[in-house]
Amino acid sequence: MRTIYVCQGTGCTSSKSPLIMENFKRILQEKNIQDVEVKRTGCFGLCSKGPVVIIGPENTFYAKVKPEDCEEIIQKHIIENGRVERLFCKNADGSIAERLEDLKFYKKQQRIALKNCGSIDPENIDDYLAVDGYKALEKVLKEMTQDEVIEEITKSGLRGRGGAGFPTGKKWAFAKAAEGKQKYVVCNADEGDPGAFMDRSILEGDPHCVIEAMMIAGYAIGADEGYIYVRAEYPIAVKRFQIAIDQARERGIIGKNIFGTDFNFDLHVRLGAGAFVCGEETALLESIEGRRGQPRIKPPFPANAGLWQCPTLINNVETYANITKIILNGADWYSSIGTEGSKGTKVFALGGNVNNIGLVEVPMGTTLREIVYDIGEGVPNGRKFKAAQTGGPSGGCIPEQYLDTPIDYESLKSIGSMMGSGGLIVMDDTKCMVNLAKFYLGFTVDESCGKCNPCRIGTKRMYEILERLTSGEGTLEDIDKLEKLTKTVSKSSVCGLGQTASNPVISTLKYFKDEYIEHAVDKNCRTKECKALAKIQIDPEKCKGCGLCQKKCPVGAIEGEGPGTKRHIDEDKCIKCGTCIKTCPFKAIG
Amino acid sequence: MEENKCQCGENSQDKFMKELLEKYEPKKDNLIQILNSVQEHYGYVPEHAQRDISDYLKMSMAEIYGVVTFYSRFTLKPKGKYNIAICLGTACFVKGSEKIMDRARERLNIQPGETTKNGIFSLEETRCVGACGLAPVFTVNGEVYGSATVQKLDQVIDEIIAKEGV
Repeated sequence: MRTIYVCQGTGCTSSKSPLIMENFKRILQEKNIQDVEVKRTGCFGLCSKGPVVIIGPENTFYAKVKPEDCEEIIQKHIIENGRVERLFCKNADGSIAERLEDLKFYKKQQRIALKNCGSIDPENIDDYLAVDGYKALEKVLKEMTQDEVIEEITKSGLRGRGGAGFPTGKKWAFAKAAEGKQKYVVCNADEGDPGAFMDRSILEGDPHCVIEAMMIAGYAIGADEGYIYVRAEYPIAVKRFQIAIDQARERGIIGKNIFGTDFNFDLHVRLGAGAFVCGEETALLESIEGRRGQPRIKPPFPANAGLWQCPTLINNVETYANITKIILNGADWYSSIGTEGSKGTKVFALGGNVNNIGLVEVPMGTTLREIVYDIGEGVPNGRKFKAAQTGGPSGGCIPEQYLDTPIDYESLKSIGSMMGSGGLIVMDDTKCMVNLAKFYLGFTVDESCGKCNPCRIGTKRMYEILERLTSGEGTLEDIDKLEKLTKTVSKSSVCGLGQTASNPVISTLKYFKDEYIEHAVDKNCRTKECKALAKIQIDPEKCKGCGLCQKKCPVGAIEGEGPGTKRHIDEDKCIKCGTCIKTCPFKAIG
Repeated sequence: MEENKCQCGENSQDKFMKELLEKYEPKKDNLIQILNSVQEHYGYVPEHAQRDISDYLKMSMAEIYGVVTFYSRFTLKPKGKYNIAICLGTACFVKGSEKIMDRARERLNIQPGETTKNGIFSLEETRCVGACGLAPVFTVNGEVYGSATVQKLDQVIDEIIAKEGV
């Protein structure tokens, strides 16, 4: 029997994958083909090649499928047992990948947290049960004591995947030791780092593994109620998670006397409403309670006084996604993967100026170079790698000389960045690092909750300095001030948001200071990204007067008539969109 | 309680609000859930809805206003018939979404968060719609336009203008 897997992650859904699935079903019915199943799945990972359709068991990988391609796929592949070669994916070196395993993108990956993403139907609990679903929970409830569970998690070496990397077993032990009649388990799915989508993909592709892990955590610490706090901007994830809860409840997996034991558990979904700071655990608790998401002063930590002042365990989605695998395969297996201090794998959302964009899960200790060049297959359009940003607005830029750093919590910290939740954005040499720092600061200014002064005022002042620099009004003194401010804000802010807000500035100042100085002294932006400093000009030596640029210019800023006449740009009209630079066949514009 | 009720302004007699509130227990921690539904239904959080919620949850209007203005998903003004949201998440930013935003501002002559006087367009900046593989993206009433360019945006705006005859 054949299965047609159609990716229904957010990326593919936004390029019409639901219609593709419908078409497959309709055509199969019309042609009266019985032994083929069409399956909805979560994200396959390779989002830039979406919508993705995989045909099993042969694992044929079709990329960028359009709804109108379904007819041909069914005719050629299913009926005639041939292949639709024009939909095969190409590796960046030009080699054709017929099957999933031929794609370089997947070669160095190891899938633990994403194990079921892309192979099971997230809206069908039977699919999950068929791949040992809820077996870990059953094992824990029937064969292990609370302390044994915590011991196993501790031994595995798993650390929090939300960014800070706190040892998960320790966190569980604190929550178990805390005294209180009522305890809670919370899942932090407020994935706010723009450009990171690991947690969303797990919730969309394998929601039951998070539910199961939360219940295991509940048993371990003695909690019978859980909350998942998820961004309202993730409608598909919210819907699938709710379906998963309902199905688990129907089967008696969530409820009372689970697996015939005296363990009870209930689970609720709470929606976020667009506040980055709510990813901070105490702000998240405030938000669940229905208030403005402003962080609390720690201590007391949530393990002692969390939700409604009760002992509360908070873990991130990806952390939970590792739990069931540790319970089933053992802590020794898990701790054999990764580095000395960081065990297991980490999921990254690889994006930006890189050939393969998507979700990547690699063992800790993999180098950045391997991720960018082997899995991501390098920088497109013949450009040069300039920097990689990990950790989003809280992380830092990593320049080329550190590409061989093995990824783990400590090594990323030592080069001025952080693991963060897993955003990994690659930038080529057309990106201005001062402007990038401004971009991140703009984000933090918007998202600072306003509770403490260093963050509320400090980030704003840093932003203003960066704005001066990028508009040609900055001075060397400004750069000194900026450096001082980064220290004050990092040291004196209340929560993680403020404490890490300076990181993009600190790291770009450290590795790309010459660009800052160019902006301040020479009033020059080498990438021409900073518009006030950039002038787009046509080199009259190189211009052949073909007029292509004129045709493409969206604002009619290019003057000159007839073939052979050299063109020039009206600076007042030019919006510096760069279209002409890309259009010119003679590279005369820059 | 009746005599203590705030006397300024009208409560809505809205069927939607009545049915919505009935779904929730009158507990404060339901506030954000309720507001999310209100925002989705009306496209903003109207004052009459805040009043209904205030009565139902026994919370002051000030407290509700505080929550509404804290979260970026909630807005106090209605959006345009076509809400153009340009993604300024990192993946889109790196691929040049700033230029698309600049162009949208220029074409529509409004800033993010504003609506054109004729009520046709509103402009919004969003942080990551999750389609990073298609970056840069913008959405029009939720429909995603991937691999966006200044030209593509122009085209979409022109089509709407032609359709609406404005």
